[in-house]
Amino acid sequence: MSTTTESSTSSDLNNESTDSFRFSDYFGPAVVFGFFIGIWYLLANVVLPEQKRFLLPSPHRVLTEGFFVWHSGTRRGLYPILMSLWDSAKIALVGLLLTIIIGMSLAIFMSSRRWFERATWPYLVAIQSAPILALTPLIRALIDGSTKQRLLVVVLIAIFPIVSNTLFGLLSADKSQHELFTLHNTSRWTRLTKLQIPSALPNIFVGLRISAGLAVIGAVVGDFYFREGGVVGIGAQIDVYRARLWGPELITAIILASLLGLVVFLLFGWIAKKFIGKWHITTRGN
Amino acid sequence: MEPQFVTTQQSSESTPALLFNNVSKTFPDGTRALEDISFSIEPGEFVTVVGPSGCGKSTLLRIASHLEECSSGSYVIDESSIGYVFQDATLMPWRTVQRNVELIAELHKIDKVTRSRLVQEAISLVGLSGFEDKYPRQLSGGMKMRASLARSLVLKPKVFLFDEPFGALDEITRERLNDELLRLFQLEGFAGLFITHSISEAVYMSTRVMVMSARPGRITHTFDIPFAFPRTHDLRYEPEFARICGEISHALRGEIK
Repeated sequence: MSTTTESSTSSDLNNESTDSFRFSDYFGPAVVFGFFIGIWYLLANVVLPEQKRFLLPSPHRVLTEGFFVWHSGTRRGLYPILMSLWDSAKIALVGLLLTIIIGMSLAIFMSSRRWFERATWPYLVAIQSAPILALTPLIRALIDGSTKQRLLVVVLIAIFPIVSNTLFGLLSADKSQHELFTLHNTSRWTRLTKLQIPSALPNIFVGLRISAGLAVIGAVVGDFYFREGGVVGIGAQIDVYRARLWGPELITAIILASLLGLVVFLLFGWIAKKFIGKWHITTRGN
Repeated sequence: MEPQFVTTQQSSESTPALLFNNVSKTFPDGTRALEDISFSIEPGEFVTVVGPSGCGKSTLLRIASHLEECSSGSYVIDESSIGYVFQDATLMPWRTVQRNVELIAELHKIDKVTRSRLVQEAISLVGLSGFEDKYPRQLSGGMKMRASLARSLVLKPKVFLFDEPFGALDEITRERLNDELLRLFQLEGFAGLFITHSISEAVYMSTRVMVMSARPGRITHTFDIPFAFPRTHDLRYEPEFARICGEISHALRGEIK
């Protein structure tokens, strides 16, 4: 192959990474959003029997009574919702950080010691499927302070994907590349840092993205069960609105909590692109 | 017989760069891959092994490079100075060409200044100058193989082991890389042990061609290739070239049956 054709293949590949505006990329989401709002109206005004309609106020009522009221009474309006959302976000992020540190250390250790992998794997699967609700009395009895309790719930709920994806990535480094390192008598540490971790990065970021979403869920769930000194997190706030039948505030809080999950998801997608976008290409059939 | 293993730290001109003495290899499942392999390669010799697929050619290289142990026999190689070129380029997709070529020097903890000088030399030797900042996915198959060659060239090894490095390339790229490799061979004067399926590639590249039998792999014929260096592309169309290819092909056929 001549040098000119070789360089042209490389510029072809460069082009595909540049972003270009595509109408269909925005049209699809807009249609689905319209559909979603339509179904909401239908549920709120037609499907639900009249005496149950307080459960789901119409979208415009959520906007006017939930989003557009800044502060009213002690906890009505957007401001208290945002404050508790911020509190939950902090728990979710600190918890996620802990999850990443613990989860990746576990995965690294599991990848280098087979007995440890075999010994710990069943418990990780068990943690993933254990109902946290059933563990709440135990957690409360063992750990003091609602912050620590909530962080523990976040770690328990979010840890599995980061461990399993990291482990899978670490163990799927290319065989010939391993042999290249063997040829040069490389230490286990060098092999880990120069071969296994870099080649696991795409998998690690997939795990991170899932774990990040779960961390938000974990924070909201943790709020439900572990609170002291009145309402703090968004989960507790939602619980209060639910108990008092404050429909618009309830829906507003739920939407904002979901948006937090979405923001975290997008954030980690963006970080992954920054880190590995240059060399890792995801492919979609057509 | 206990496997023996001897390492020489400094090799002078008189000692072979690679010496096999009655090396045999039996896998744990009972498969006899190699039987009684003996040969030696002096510095400045380029020896190619051809043989039917599955005859243990790759096992031979893997033993020479300590990736696998032999079951009996002994061999001598300067362990500190082996270059190994894999079947595929085995570049790391997260490293640029520059950083990929740097890898082995990095594993040997060579300081940054020396390293970048060696890397520059190796990259220009294989004709990849200007592509230092490209990632492997931006390169064609031939360019990836060049980068892989450059990576093993960095430490200027005295023995080069090639495990069918050009097998996956199209014929035009392959012949071009044959010429490049021959040029490097003359320049660096290493001892080469090359494995291939292609008889004409073997004759074109080598000073000696060894024919291996099907399992268990034994060396059945050895051909000295008389053509002088530098060799040019036209050599492939000489009658003498065709005659030697024919003889080797005949020897191989005798083995396959």
